[in-house]
Amino acid sequence: MGILDKHGVIERNATLLMVLSLVVVSIGGLVQIVPLFFLENTIEDVEGMRPYTPLELAGRDIYIAEGCYVCHSQMIRPMRDEVERYGHYSLAAESRYDHPFQWGSKRTGPDLARVGGRYSDEWHVDHLTDPRSVVPESIMPEYGFLKHTALDIEFVEDRLIADAMVGVPYTEAMIASAKEDLMAQLDPYSDGIDNLYAGYGENVVARNFDGQDELTQMDALVAYLQVLGTMVDFSTFEPEASR
Amino acid sequence: MAKKPVEKQEVETTGHEWDGIQEFNNPLPRWWLWTTYACIIWGIGYVIAYPAIPLPGGATPGLLGYSSRGEVAADIAAIDAMNAPLVARINELDLTEIATDDLVGGEADGFAYNGGQAVFQTFCAQCHGAGANGFVGYPSLIDDDWIWGGTIEDIHTTISYGIRHETNLDTRISEMPAFGEFLSKEEIGDIVEYVGSLSGINGAVATEENEMLFLDNCAACHMDDGTGDRFAGAPNLTDAIWLYGSDVETLTHTVTFARAGVMPAWEGRLSESQIRQAAVYIHSLGGGE
Repeated sequence: MGILDKHGVIERNATLLMVLSLVVVSIGGLVQIVPLFFLENTIEDVEGMRPYTPLELAGRDIYIAEGCYVCHSQMIRPMRDEVERYGHYSLAAESRYDHPFQWGSKRTGPDLARVGGRYSDEWHVDHLTDPRSVVPESIMPEYGFLKHTALDIEFVEDRLIADAMVGVPYTEAMIASAKEDLMAQLDPYSDGIDNLYAGYGENVVARNFDGQDELTQMDALVAYLQVLGTMVDFSTFEPEASR
Repeated sequence: MAKKPVEKQEVETTGHEWDGIQEFNNPLPRWWLWTTYACIIWGIGYVIAYPAIPLPGGATPGLLGYSSRGEVAADIAAIDAMNAPLVARINELDLTEIATDDLVGGEADGFAYNGGQAVFQTFCAQCHGAGANGFVGYPSLIDDDWIWGGTIEDIHTTISYGIRHETNLDTRISEMPAFGEFLSKEEIGDIVEYVGSLSGINGAVATEENEMLFLDNCAACHMDDGTGDRFAGAPNLTDAIWLYGSDVETLTHTVTFARAGVMPAWEGRLSESQIRQAAVYIHSLGGGE
């Protein structure tokens, strides 16, 4: 047994034990942490990914504030049954502008990674207001108050700046026009719509999401839900098999 | 009460003693030790066989060449290969022939019907209900009242391109005007009265005056007799089936602000074969024409 009997030396010397523990933990840590420094290499480049528009970002904040993530994941695993039900499995790149990501690990409700475009705006409003009016067996709480709660847009520029600081490519111009862009997304015939498309691309969906004249939290949340999983065009996406 | 001191020392101690308490230096249980060694060996094998060590250019691929993407692609390809003859058959048949086809037709054991049911429960039931009974604002698919047509071709078109689904160029489009913008409340009240009289609800009575208003404003799409026009997605107003409700208050809201339900286009999200299967299933629910 030779060397194995020597553990007594480590166990009897507190300083040595601490130093060696640190070495072991460091190896484990480095293996997990070092690859993160090379994210450019581990996240594949996928066409179509763009930062959230200010309205979608506001909706995302409501999604988090209301705790939607407690019951809904946003991560379609690469398994046949999930792909059949929810659509193409999620790519790491699809969460690259999420801080923090909303993958989740528990599904009381269905996965929402590709819910965008799957239902109409009216359905989302109806369903959020009274889930059982369209899905009788649902156990989801009611969120009708979002329809009557004005969306606070005072700090929307700061919200973009905060994301820019952690690497989301919001430009100075995008930050400066955040409020205008947010309002423009609610009306495809507004003056600011060209600026919104110029900043975020032609694929941005602009319309009155909750059907009311006022800007409410419901507008923002539905705008966010309707963009989920729609940025990457999977009819042209070729997965790299090695990942 | 002190414990009896150990009479005979069979195991060596660590040599420490605190107030007469000594610490045995028992060896680890053999089964535990060997399990640990086995885990370490298994771990080394795993690192060699499977993708494991992350490096700047990507993880080490592993000798088995496994990838989760490859696995799911293979799983899907295997099922697709099994279904290939059936799917090809569904796609080459005329829509009206699928339900009675020898290979894919039939209800209890029919591939098209059962596949369509699976598609319906996964993608359609959230709005139309698990039993296709519909909800307020989301049409029932089990009755004879079809807004955009109930032949299997019509159903197929609706599923493929959706209704008022802006981003699909072939989507079904029509727009009911919000009559509140150019009619007075009294005029709208008259129209509601006339519409009620068409199906004998709300104790409504037709008069020459409210009939004129209906003919001027509504008949272009809903037809002179109120039976509707499927090209314009204008519902039949003479039957007992109401999508949003038939009481005076709801009808007044409908005429004042208009209605324009949206159904997503499923082209792209579902395969052509899946859309055809869903059309066969929905067509079979009782209302199919």
